[in-house]
Amino acid sequence: MEAILALEDGRIFKGKGYGAQTERGGEVVFNTSITGYQEIFTDPSYAGQIVCLTYPHIGNVGANLDDNEAGRPYIEALVVRDFSELASNWRAGETAEEFLRRHGIPVISDIDTRALVRHLRTHGAQRSILSTVSTDTEALVAKARALPPMVGLDLAKTVTVAKPYEWLEPSVELAREGKAPGAPRFRVVAYDFGIKQNILRRLVDVGCHVTVVPALTSAENVLAMKPDGVFLSNGPGDPEPCGYAVEAVRKLAGRVPIFGICLGHQIIGLALGGRTYKLKFGHHGANHPVKNLLTGKVEITAQNHGFAVDPDSLNPREVELTHQNLNDNTLEGLRHRSLPLFSVQYHPEASPGPHDSQYLFHQFAKLMQEFHN
Amino acid sequence: MAKRTDIKKILIVGSGPIVIGQACEFDYSGTQACKALKSEGYQVILVNSNPATIMTDPEIADRTYVEPLTAEYLEAIIARERPDALLPTVGGQTALNLSVELAESGVLEKYGVELIGASLRAIKIAEDRLWFKDACARVGLECPRSQLVNNLKDARVFADKVGYPAVVRPSFTLGGTGGGIAFNPEEFDEITSRGLDLSPVHEVLVEEAVLGWKEFELEVMRDLADNVVVICSIENFDPMGVHTGDSITVAPAQTLTDKEYQRMRDWAQRIIREVGVDTGGSNIQFAVNPETGRMLVIEMNPRVSRSSALASKATGFPIAKIAAKLAVGFTLDEIPNDITRKTPASFEPTIDYVVVKIPKWQFEKFPGADRTLGTEMRSVGEVMAIGRTFQEALLKGMRSLETGKRFSMPRLPEDVLRRLLTVPTSERLNALFAALRQGMSQEEICRTTAIDPWFIRQMADIVALEQKLAAHTPETVPADLLREAKRTGFSDEHLAGLWNVEEAVVRQRRLALGYEAVFKRVDTCAAEFESFTPYLYSTYEDEDEAEPTDRKKIMILGSGPNRIGQGIEFDYCCCHASFALKEAGYETLMVNCNPETVSTDYDTSDRLYFEPLTLEDVLEIVDLEKPEGVIVQFGGQTPLKLAKALGEAGVPMWGTSVDSIDIAEDRERFAELVKKHEVLVPAHGSATTEEGALEAARRIGYPVVVRPSYVLGGRAMAIVYDEDSLREYMGYAVEAAPDHPILIDRFLEDAIELDVDAVSDGEDVVIAGVMQHIEEAGIHSGDSTAVIPPYIITQRDQDRIRRRTIQLAKALGVIGLINVQYAIYGGELYVLEVNPRASRTVPYVSKATGVPFARIAAKVMAGHSLRSLGITGEPRVEGYFVKAPVFPFNKFPLEDTVLGPEMKSTGEVMGSSPNFGEAYAKALLGAGVRLPLGGTAFISVNDNDKRPLVVSLARDLAALGFRLIATEGTREFLMRNGVEVGLVFKVHERERPNIVDRMINREVTLVINTPLGRSAFYDDTYIRRTALHLGIPCITTLSAATACVEGIRAIREGVSTIAALQEQHPVRV
Ligand SMILES: Nc1ncnc2c1ncn2[C@@H]1O[C@H](COP(=O)(O)OP(=O)(O)O)[C@@H](O)[C@H]1O
Ligand SMILES: Nc1ncnc2c1ncn2[C@@H]1O[C@H](COP(=O)(O)OP(=O)(O)O)[C@@H](O)[C@H]1O
Ligand SMILES: [Mg+2]
Ligand SMILES: [Mg+2]
Repeated sequence: MEAILALEDGRIFKGKGYGAQTERGGEVVFNTSITGYQEIFTDPSYAGQIVCLTYPHIGNVGANLDDNEAGRPYIEALVVRDFSELASNWRAGETAEEFLRRHGIPVISDIDTRALVRHLRTHGAQRSILSTVSTDTEALVAKARALPPMVGLDLAKTVTVAKPYEWLEPSVELAREGKAPGAPRFRVVAYDFGIKQNILRRLVDVGCHVTVVPALTSAENVLAMKPDGVFLSNGPGDPEPCGYAVEAVRKLAGRVPIFGICLGHQIIGLALGGRTYKLKFGHHGANHPVKNLLTGKVEITAQNHGFAVDPDSLNPREVELTHQNLNDNTLEGLRHRSLPLFSVQYHPEASPGPHDSQYLFHQFAKLMQEFHN
Repeated sequence: MAKRTDIKKILIVGSGPIVIGQACEFDYSGTQACKALKSEGYQVILVNSNPATIMTDPEIADRTYVEPLTAEYLEAIIARERPDALLPTVGGQTALNLSVELAESGVLEKYGVELIGASLRAIKIAEDRLWFKDACARVGLECPRSQLVNNLKDARVFADKVGYPAVVRPSFTLGGTGGGIAFNPEEFDEITSRGLDLSPVHEVLVEEAVLGWKEFELEVMRDLADNVVVICSIENFDPMGVHTGDSITVAPAQTLTDKEYQRMRDWAQRIIREVGVDTGGSNIQFAVNPETGRMLVIEMNPRVSRSSALASKATGFPIAKIAAKLAVGFTLDEIPNDITRKTPASFEPTIDYVVVKIPKWQFEKFPGADRTLGTEMRSVGEVMAIGRTFQEALLKGMRSLETGKRFSMPRLPEDVLRRLLTVPTSERLNALFAALRQGMSQEEICRTTAIDPWFIRQMADIVALEQKLAAHTPETVPADLLREAKRTGFSDEHLAGLWNVEEAVVRQRRLALGYEAVFKRVDTCAAEFESFTPYLYSTYEDEDEAEPTDRKKIMILGSGPNRIGQGIEFDYCCCHASFALKEAGYETLMVNCNPETVSTDYDTSDRLYFEPLTLEDVLEIVDLEKPEGVIVQFGGQTPLKLAKALGEAGVPMWGTSVDSIDIAEDRERFAELVKKHEVLVPAHGSATTEEGALEAARRIGYPVVVRPSYVLGGRAMAIVYDEDSLREYMGYAVEAAPDHPILIDRFLEDAIELDVDAVSDGEDVVIAGVMQHIEEAGIHSGDSTAVIPPYIITQRDQDRIRRRTIQLAKALGVIGLINVQYAIYGGELYVLEVNPRASRTVPYVSKATGVPFARIAAKVMAGHSLRSLGITGEPRVEGYFVKAPVFPFNKFPLEDTVLGPEMKSTGEVMGSSPNFGEAYAKALLGAGVRLPLGGTAFISVNDNDKRPLVVSLARDLAALGFRLIATEGTREFLMRNGVEVGLVFKVHERERPNIVDRMINREVTLVINTPLGRSAFYDDTYIRRTALHLGIPCITTLSAATACVEGIRAIREGVSTIAALQEQHPVRV
């Protein structure tokens, strides 16, 4: 099967096709994590994006039931150098290709992914089309150009749950080592803008009873649930059009402890009067050094975001900057000086990625405890 | 946190001679550490007995001691230099063990020296297998079940409990020396006894075996602020049971999900914290059950290691350099990443290619040795290859090995094949391909080898493609298929083999289709950030990122994997060439595939091409870079082999012409040359058949030296005393080099051998150094002990040697270095060999004279005259500099330790002193031989040696207070000459106690045993083997024995000098 990846600026990559026979469009971004492709496939933050994985061998360990971050994959399409037809791992239930095909996702492989990455590094993230059915490159470029740009796009609304639900499962690691978390101590309402399940698992691990609610849930409705804390999830797209969520946060701030991750962090930034902007090609990987400005320690973090909060737009008397990316000095975390509210731009729940930042979940629990007292 | 200002002077201990398990990776890491600390303004004191290292170059440290690595010498140096701190973690196991010794004996405390990087406690926890297991248990991590024992009985009890196979591991030995896997009680007893003997603390760990589990390694770094990062994950292709040093390894890990990988990372963090390694790099090994995912911790090395060198080269993250900076207080986020410049070192490198390391073994040099691979490392070197895919990296790695083997293998019988798969040996990789070609199913291969199915699938795909390609010819092969082959990593040579055509035909066809290699960068970040360091590898992709400059540039071809006869000395020369030509204003391009070396540090040359040293791979770089010249003179035989073809391809070659090299290597052309210049050489002939050989030998007269042409390190070379032996030799040697004749020379028995290095600019020739061998000719120059200046050669002979060397250099039109080997026999000066290139002895000569000859030679090649470089005459040498070899016999227990014309040593050390005896004793000590100061000397010499020399030797020993014992014949001879000697029985004499009993009872402190002729070898090998086993110095030549006496005398007189190179050569440095 032939496959084509066409970028809006006219650059074309031709390769081998795998997965679904179809055509999908989105912003093409690259992720530098060596492990964890299944978690990446199923991370709802990738809605609207075609993902190029920089590590050349993808699919080696197949796909299994435990490593999903959501009920299905959310990437629009996948770009790799080599796609393994064989799954070699004791947990594998099917091959990565079977998994993606089952969910209608096309794959292009055997292309010079490094050339693509360098192109994106220089020219920025681009709208593009990946097709395993058409070879009409001109038409594909035209289609790429016709895609809506990521800026101004509210994708959270499209990936959020329709109805609230409860989450009870702890994280996979804990389950394996036989350490079950104790009885839940906190009631947490989690806004779902495209939430990764490992966040929910980590919340359960630190003693939370979690109710996941749709993105458009009003602050009043949340408060009516009498939560000990509110969590704002990660999610795809531009934070700016999510006015409804910004509004809700403004109302919740100070009334209940709040913790935000990724898009949740950006929404908090906006709610605190800050500004967000689009990064050239975003941060997508599992090796970003982030300095905790409070302790001086460096955490290796998982990241996946195309937008960021401008630290200069925040009022320093109200907001304390707590984390900074050491690669490009962008803002990675903040907390309010007087209200029980903090957030990070990166992914302490990892999955995929290092576990260096798990302490933030404990910090959230502590904040709820203190607020309660 | 910031750099410490309370310490000013730091002592770094190197790893000493190259041995199996500890090679030039520690020159790489030590050099990096010295440079890093010096650049931060610390005064660096370095001790390393190995002169062939870059780290012992006088400009790398402030004070460099090429002295034996023993606690006494280190204490003396500490007393003299009074360093504030000792960095124990960059000199391998040697430095670590010594540091522990110094700390425990109170020396460090006495002189106020602080251990930095790793505390004594941390080192001990990590190194003591039992403490380590306890530490793991404390943080909830599992290790294989095990028990530490100090006697065989307890060992048996435990082994019966965990069952067989069981692993036996001696405490505190290097590279697992003395350990092994026992499959049954008999084997268990044998391995356990040996292990107990070899362990310096007489202790072994008996452990449950987890053979066939997947083996992984993580390279971890920690700083004083407790930031911990993983630099690289490594997956072993060969499952548990084969030492990681003997495994094909792959970076990054290929068959772990993120959940499993992160669990491993979490464990690594817990371990490094619990063990308490404060700063620096550590290597942690894990075993994973492929069925259940159950994970065990195998071991930790709290220091930089072979794997960390590999990880540094694999990722572009310089572990040793950063480790040194962390040790003095920097934190990771304070150190910039050299490659991206804008990002800090506190991150985890991510890569977008695959790295494969393949070990190189040399069992062929140790015919008696068991070739099975196990828990004890046996390989002498390794290659690394970088490709965009595993397949490409694997195939590039295979061609980097220079095995001389074609990819195709004869069809093997089913049972042979199965055995080759089941029992891991050096041949397993080839056997895997053979099995796939012969149609064995992937499932069955996985079942028999326990290798992960993903790897086997990758190899099966290579074979499938090979079969598809084989159906074509260069003309008919479809463009797409050829492209696929190149993208998969097939070399032109491989394809030529499939199509039975010349390599050039494939190359032509390929270029006609426009398929050229492109070069990509190793940048630590998968292209996320711009890279400023041209560290490149080739691949067949769309985009080329080499960005060659338009500067004047010169390309240096490295020496490939380490092997016996071609090791660190050549890497040293290549590095120097690079330094010199940089100084001379050239951009330098280094090509090499050995991850252990300094030459493959991206800091060494302006541009590093991490590539196989084959014609195709080199030409691809030449086509891109268009260098002004290519230098083949410094990398030993590897680049020399390419010289002719490169010349023919129109590549400009620098230095001595390819033709001159050929004259020196080609017997007939060489014979013409010596005839023309009236140079005396041993009578010689050559033959391609057994009959021819016999006839030639008859004409020349026995004994003769026989060897295949074009070999290095005296490979397959032997001294033959009679026709029967010659027949036997022809049987196996002809196979050693099918395309080349066998060379036969008159063996100059009992001759004095000398090596001379010289440098020539085409006008002037300057002698660099004249080295006299302590052992007589017949022992390979690489295996003999040598001294500068000569100590018992007449001035007249020395002058003859110098004149002859100059004459030969001129006759060959040498531009650069030349090495000539001589023998003085019957008052005449014979030339044994001329090498118009850098030789193994160049670093030694440079260290002895203080003149960097490799650098000078490189500048000469760039057109500078010797005069303009201020090199007008042979450097005067003050005092004596003795070089002594180090042998791997402890790794090959069945091997006899007698020396001959085939080189067996893996490394060398240097000892120096104003007094010859002391210099010699120090060299021996550096090489691990501690001369006894008294006790009983056992003497047993062959009939040729029953001459006055042995008598004076015996008298001298007696005068020094030794009791003498000898075997019957020797005793009789000595008694007849008036020396009082006791009698001792040989083993076959069936009287007890015999010599072995006496050795085991530790009655004997010195063994002097000179065998002669083939049959004698077998007679008394057991004596030498016992000596080796028990660590009793065993001298196999009379000349060496005489030197020993001088050494013993010097030590007893209490002369003890230590000196830094910077003092020995104050003017030149
Ligand atoms: N319990 C075991 N079962 C099977 N193989 C083992 C076991 N322990 C070690 N090995 C093998 O032996 C090799 C050497 O052991 P290791 O502990 O790493 O010692 P070294 O210090 O020599 O590196 C390992 O690389 C592994 O392949
Ligand atoms: N004709 C000879 N008589 C005595 N010894 C010899 C003779 N030829 C070679 N040798 C010994 O064999 C060793 C190896 O031979 P050489 O020609 O130097 O081989 P290589 O190329 O491996 O260095 C020499 O160092 C020398 O000791
Ligand atoms: Mg090991
Ligand atoms: Mg030689």
